[in-house]
Amino acid sequence: MSKVVVVTSGKGGVGKTTSSASLGAALAQAGQKVVVVDFDVGLRNLDLVMGAERRVVFDLVNVVQGDAKLAQALIRDKRVETLSLLPASQTRDKDALTEEGVGRVIDDLREQFDWVICDSPAGIEKGATLAMRFADLAVVVTNPEVSSVRDSDRIIGLLDSKTQRAESGDRMEKQLLLTRYDPARAARGEMMSVEDVLEILAIPLLGIVSESPDVLSASNVGCPVTLHNPGSPAAQAYSEAARRLMGDNVAVSVPKERQSFMSRLFGRKAVA
Amino acid sequence: MSLLNFFGKGRRSAPVARDRLQLLLAHERGLGGGEDLAAILQQEILAVIAKHIAIDRDRVVVKLDRGDQVSTLEIDIEMPETALPKS
Repeated sequence: MSKVVVVTSGKGGVGKTTSSASLGAALAQAGQKVVVVDFDVGLRNLDLVMGAERRVVFDLVNVVQGDAKLAQALIRDKRVETLSLLPASQTRDKDALTEEGVGRVIDDLREQFDWVICDSPAGIEKGATLAMRFADLAVVVTNPEVSSVRDSDRIIGLLDSKTQRAESGDRMEKQLLLTRYDPARAARGEMMSVEDVLEILAIPLLGIVSESPDVLSASNVGCPVTLHNPGSPAAQAYSEAARRLMGDNVAVSVPKERQSFMSRLFGRKAVA
Repeated sequence: MSLLNFFGKGRRSAPVARDRLQLLLAHERGLGGGEDLAAILQQEILAVIAKHIAIDRDRVVVKLDRGDQVSTLEIDIEMPETALPKS
């Protein structure tokens, strides 16, 4: 049984595309057949983050509108054999996607892949609602920051009302991926903690990815962090999240603050 | 103490963020994730009044104050002299 996952957030810049690429790659590295679909029509970036920007010929809009066959638009990753990408169009507007067309493409992808990861655009407009429309499961990417948490709450509301699953009375499964987390700042009370965000959004935790230079380096070179630097904490966080998606029972490890000399000297006292 | 304040300035803002969000989201969830309640109320109340008297939309002030325990919606409509029924 294949699974359609939407990676969504409402707010832009929280790490949807990075997380889509990294979770997709991690699932593929675990032997699963994965396609990552870019729904950000007009502002595609998944191709760039996955290092396939020079191989895009056809895109999602071409396939939805019947101008290209699905097989022509799919780009197979050169590093992981079971990983594919379906890019978004860079030129057309968001109205180029129709619900029927997207539904047809998702059905076709379900037949070929174990996982269909839909990378949602920011916002709550058509592109975002179409990306979540046919999903079985939502990964809500959130930063521990007020505007991101508020927008995630809004998106959770949409997931519970505007998806096909919700409309047919089924439960829409939602899991939180907390990104750009800074354990040191959370420990000092400068940043909302994992518990704070979980309490507010009240959905289960899929994983925590700490703020890390490894994530930027990976996107700089167009390689998901799980492939580029598998030993890094960010890669491990994504790999563990992928295993949880596959149903493995892996406890979420909350990143601990790595104490610097200065904070060991002053940090504790200043907070107390 | 002053040294502590100096280093502690700006610290512990996370609980403030959490509390503000909890208050705000409690309100927003009540709206069914949809329209702004203040805007809906303003429109509907004005529509009812406009049925009976001519009102100048620019002379309507709507204020919403969301509090911990009580929220208040204040609608101030200036009725033109001519709009009053003649007796």
